[in-house]
Amino acid sequence: MSSSTYYVPEQSRWPILASIALFLLAYGAGTLMNALSAQQGGGLGVALLLAGALMMGLILVGWFGNVIHESRSGLYSEQMDRSFRWGMSWFIFSEVMFFAAFFGALFYVRVLALPWLGGEGDKGVTELLWPGFVAEWPLLNPPDSARYPGPEAVISPWHIPLLNTCLLVTSSFTLTLAHKALLRDELIMVRRWMTLTILLGLIFIGFQAYEYVHAYQELGLTLQSGVYGATFFILTGFHGLHVTLGTLMLMIILGRVVLGHFSSRQHFGFEAVAWYWHFVDVVWIGLFLFVYVL
Amino acid sequence: MSTLDTTLETHSDEHHGPASGLGRWLFTTNHKDIGSMYLWFSLLMFLVGGSMALMIRAELFQPGLQLVEPGFFNQMTTMHGLIMVFGAVMPAFVGLANWMIPMMIGAPDMALPRMNNWSFWILPFAFAMLISTLFMTGGAPNFGWTFYAPLSTTYAPPSVTYFIFAIHMMGISSIMGAINIIATILNMRAPGMAMMKLPLFCWTWLITAFLLIAVMPVLAGVVTMMLMDIHFGTSFFDAGGGGDPVLFQHVFWFFGHPEVYIMILPAFGIISQIIPAFARKRLFGYASMVYATASIAILSFLVWAHHMFTVGIPLAGELFFMYATMLIAVPTGVKVFNWVATMFRGSMTFETPMLFALAFVVLFTIGGFSGLMLAIAPVDFQYHDTYFVVAHFHYVLVPGAVFAIMAGVYYWLPKWTGHMLDERMGRFHFWLSFIGVNITFFPMHFIGLAGMPRRIPDYALQFADFNMVASVGAFLFGLSQLIFVWNVIACVRGGRKAEARAWEGAEGLEWEVPSPAPYHTFAEPPKLPESLR
Amino acid sequence: MGLRIIKTIGSGVGLALLAPASLRAEWGLNLTPGVTDVSRSVYDLHMTIFWICVAIALVVFGVMFWSIFHHRKSRGAKAHHFHENTLVEVIWTLIPVLILVGMAVPATATLIKMYDPSEAELDVQITGYQWKWRYDYLDHELSFFSNMSTPREQITNVAEKQENYLLEVDRHLVLPVDTKIRFLLTANDVIHSWWVPALAVKKDAIPGFINEAWTIIDEPGIYRGQCAELCGQDHGFMPIVVEAVSKEDFDVWLMAARAEKEAQVQAAERSWTLDELMQQGEQVYLQACAACHLPSGEGVPGAFPALKGSPVALGDVSAHIDIVLNGKAGTAMQAFRDQLSTVQLAAVITYERNAWGNSLGEAVSPAQISRLLQSADGEGEQ
Ligand code: HEA
Ligand code: HEA
Ligand code: CUA
Ligand SMILES: [Cu+2]
Repeated sequence: MSSSTYYVPEQSRWPILASIALFLLAYGAGTLMNALSAQQGGGLGVALLLAGALMMGLILVGWFGNVIHESRSGLYSEQMDRSFRWGMSWFIFSEVMFFAAFFGALFYVRVLALPWLGGEGDKGVTELLWPGFVAEWPLLNPPDSARYPGPEAVISPWHIPLLNTCLLVTSSFTLTLAHKALLRDELIMVRRWMTLTILLGLIFIGFQAYEYVHAYQELGLTLQSGVYGATFFILTGFHGLHVTLGTLMLMIILGRVVLGHFSSRQHFGFEAVAWYWHFVDVVWIGLFLFVYVL
Repeated sequence: MSTLDTTLETHSDEHHGPASGLGRWLFTTNHKDIGSMYLWFSLLMFLVGGSMALMIRAELFQPGLQLVEPGFFNQMTTMHGLIMVFGAVMPAFVGLANWMIPMMIGAPDMALPRMNNWSFWILPFAFAMLISTLFMTGGAPNFGWTFYAPLSTTYAPPSVTYFIFAIHMMGISSIMGAINIIATILNMRAPGMAMMKLPLFCWTWLITAFLLIAVMPVLAGVVTMMLMDIHFGTSFFDAGGGGDPVLFQHVFWFFGHPEVYIMILPAFGIISQIIPAFARKRLFGYASMVYATASIAILSFLVWAHHMFTVGIPLAGELFFMYATMLIAVPTGVKVFNWVATMFRGSMTFETPMLFALAFVVLFTIGGFSGLMLAIAPVDFQYHDTYFVVAHFHYVLVPGAVFAIMAGVYYWLPKWTGHMLDERMGRFHFWLSFIGVNITFFPMHFIGLAGMPRRIPDYALQFADFNMVASVGAFLFGLSQLIFVWNVIACVRGGRKAEARAWEGAEGLEWEVPSPAPYHTFAEPPKLPESLR
Repeated sequence: MGLRIIKTIGSGVGLALLAPASLRAEWGLNLTPGVTDVSRSVYDLHMTIFWICVAIALVVFGVMFWSIFHHRKSRGAKAHHFHENTLVEVIWTLIPVLILVGMAVPATATLIKMYDPSEAELDVQITGYQWKWRYDYLDHELSFFSNMSTPREQITNVAEKQENYLLEVDRHLVLPVDTKIRFLLTANDVIHSWWVPALAVKKDAIPGFINEAWTIIDEPGIYRGQCAELCGQDHGFMPIVVEAVSKEDFDVWLMAARAEKEAQVQAAERSWTLDELMQQGEQVYLQACAACHLPSGEGVPGAFPALKGSPVALGDVSAHIDIVLNGKAGTAMQAFRDQLSTVQLAAVITYERNAWGNSLGEAVSPAQISRLLQSADGEGEQ
């Protein structure tokens, strides 16, 4: 550990490069989506998108590489560690709010919009516009079934989703066990528990992918199948992305454990990823309850 | 990478100055450099957004279509609102935070300096993307800065996709900026500085940063749902699939209302620094100022539907949102009263920063009163979407947020540049602005009450006179801002030498260090004066 | 010109700041009390809050200016050192609370009055379209569109602007006085908002949903309003005109309106010449289509397709008829089958196929359209 003064990096090329990469990503994605929706080829969009993604990937490696290097050279004080901790906690809070927006949409649709469309509640006269529409959840017959053909069925919570719940909850435990082991400096055990966590994560992703294929091919549950499909896919989709990202980060941390980067005294990187993983787990519990079960 | 080797020396080498050339700005991690970039960027955006406002006012000078097509007029209105809110006001506050917070709390820099640079540099790219939509086929976004679906989804021009991604980028930038500010204030205070001794500017920013982190992701969420509706066939905002266009408004305003307080709380902070300095008297009711700010922030999450009184909300909801909105007048009133009590029995002088601060107190309060009138749901049925609303929010935003920013810039410029500003020119700028702003926005109350809807390029004849007045005022106000630009540049380039305590009554750590503040202010944590412990 | 500006500023700002409330009403500076019980309550509420705000402002700014004047350094004022006083702070937290409660009581009463759920005697469905309104008298099988009727020349400053510039429509919404009327508001495309200040009714018209509002008009008269929610390019050009008449006159009007409808159906059955159709077609085109496709038929690249030389206008006639009748989903192109009469539909299609050098020389007859409409209705019923 270095002295009490705070480490201020001198200059860095990463931020400006990362801004350019982000711009390419965004511009590419926009161009691609517009081209696809206008039924044109998306050559330029794909190129920009890929360039941006590649660049961003390299930058992340380099930037985090820098940070890890500095940390290992003992440049960071405990105060610095606290900055990182605040940073990570508030980042996770922002993620919570991102999901909150989609959960809010789900509740609004179920509690207010659908009953109105079906003739109940304060705006029940709306029924005049949709004769014959029945509000139900899951929504199998959207008001305008010609444009939004409803799904034949939705996914039962008691098969794959329940299994997935068990997987993720278990993985939170195994990760905690890894942390405990780290605190005792038992690196072999850390490696074992982490490997197990990552495996659980991968299996989860696999099941999720299988479920999507099933939904699309057999149930007709798609993004276009009305608001049930819309909320279902946006919530599980963003959650799945987060699990994927979390698994990737766990892999990197495992690599760093193997390289001997962490000790019982210094392992903020590990903890940050663990927090993230627990957060993803908690979101899933919410999903399981509100998207699948209720 | 050589970064590491060079940085190892930083601590030993305290008079290490800025790097030279363009690299200084592109690669910097210095809070002062980054603060300056934010401020210059914001000024540029203010001029661009202001030029669009002038285009609007020129078209509205007389009834009939004169200069632009209705479609283009809507693009101007939309871009003006977006650029002013996300490009001018918010970055200006972040710039001030970058410059001042580390100096006020005795920190060597921001907590996460590289991320700080990233937060800034995302912005020029995001706005380049936003502004580029003006040149796309189908034109720029034309659905208002509130982009209500389905006008912004099914019926939007193709450029909406880029608009959505630009919003995402601005959101990323704001969230990272806010995280940095929170980490700095919570973790980087000089040893011994208690939270309840924190300068109010830091307190208001701390709370603002919390608001930002809470609501920017919600904005990201709502634009993501738009993106899905536009390109992937979902039906969040389409009744045909079981969604609801009004859902968009709920999510948007859950972001949008806190957003307007994001644009005013740091202003409250600035004013709370300036008034005590020029009244030569400690701020009255420090603790209640902090609690009031926190109350405003908490209440701001409970009032969003006051923008939606006419969408058809059940009676109970309407009442709840009306009462909650009215309540905000109480903590805001506490702030106004505290400012007045600070002046009371002080020993006041009226340099440029103080003039702007005083105008802020009066004109913001007027804007607050019209806000309160809007909060009364049954009457809002008459006010909603008229120029009365336009008058309200320009009063809180222009002589509110913008005047506070200008007051802050005038107040701290000597610390940044080491030069006193040209006081005569400052006053000239103030008076022209003060008169201009009122000529522009006061008549809008009348045309609004008389029935002129907002977002229209042409209007009925009975509104003609006051629209003409407002347009004249807008050009007067707009052109007087060139004096500001001139004054700032002059002050950067030279002028009377400023002392460490540039203003006689100014208190706080930032006034203990020389002017201009050294490139690295507190490499070692400073010893705190008695008043801050 | 310069003089006029100065005069306007002088009189406007001067009067606005100084004139008493009574004068303001005449100058069109304030809300109007309106012609319904609700609108008068709203007006009173507005004035009450306004004066309360003025009073608070006088006190707060009074103290402030007093300090600015007396406690300035240049007058030798020395700063005192107080900076806290719990009692004062509690008081100035509580007083505003009380004032707010005082405002909330009448506000709540008015709002509850507005939400009165009792039965209405007349139901009118109001549908917002880009950029016109449709009115359906639900119990009387009568419906029509109401378009702005201000000529383009006035808007483009070629002709002198008339008194009701931008606030005049081809067909008024005629309503009886002293009758509880319920409005059922919805929209066909984007969100609009139906607003008539004199009735204190403003409610959003939201596609896919129905909002309710009601009114009882006290006095016969003509009351004008505008769309109050940004709804696209011509948002500024979709006014509302309500014509309130006595109950007897209302019944007379209803009869006449239905007779007119009948006449339209008959007109569709006689034969029309190309010239007749072109003539009427041009009118219909300018009123219903030109906002997007432009009077020259050239459209706006990237936004609205050109009709001049377009494959639709020059190609297969049934495809052309289909798009005009049924619109194109997901675009601004609306279904005009209900918006225009059979003759108007035939005329405008004929016009599009023969104007601006699109000279196909053939007419689309009203009878042809009428057959199509009937067979489509038949299918719908099966
Ligand atoms: C900086 C930005 C800012 C601020 C601070 C405010 C502050 C307030 N605003 Fe405003 N508002 C906007 C920016 C802002 N607003 C914008 C941009 C819009 C339009 C968005 C759009 O549609 O495009 C808007 C719209 C808007 C509406 C919707 C109108 C409509 O569309 O129909 C409403 C309705 O309730 C409202 C209310 C309020 C209230 C009650 C406050 C309160 O916080 C004000 C409190 C202050 C005071 C009351 C004065 C001081 C108090 C005293 C001296 C104490 C004593 C007073 C009393 C007891 C009365 N605002
Ligand atoms: C902080 C935010 C902010 C600020 C500062 C302003 C500033 C101004 N606004 Fe604002 N405005 C909004 C936020 C803001 N506005 C929002 C959110 C909306 C709603 C949008 C919507 O409906 O969606 C709106 C809408 C709005 C309208 C209503 C449009 C409509 O409904 O159709 C009008 C009309 O007069 C207007 C006018 C002005 C004017 C005259 C200024 C002036 O104060 C501007 C003064 C500044 C200048 C004039 C710049 C001066 C520069 C030069 C003279 C030189 C130019 C040189 C170079 C470019 C190098 N604005
Ligand atoms: Cu219809 Cu605005
Ligand atoms: Cu608000």
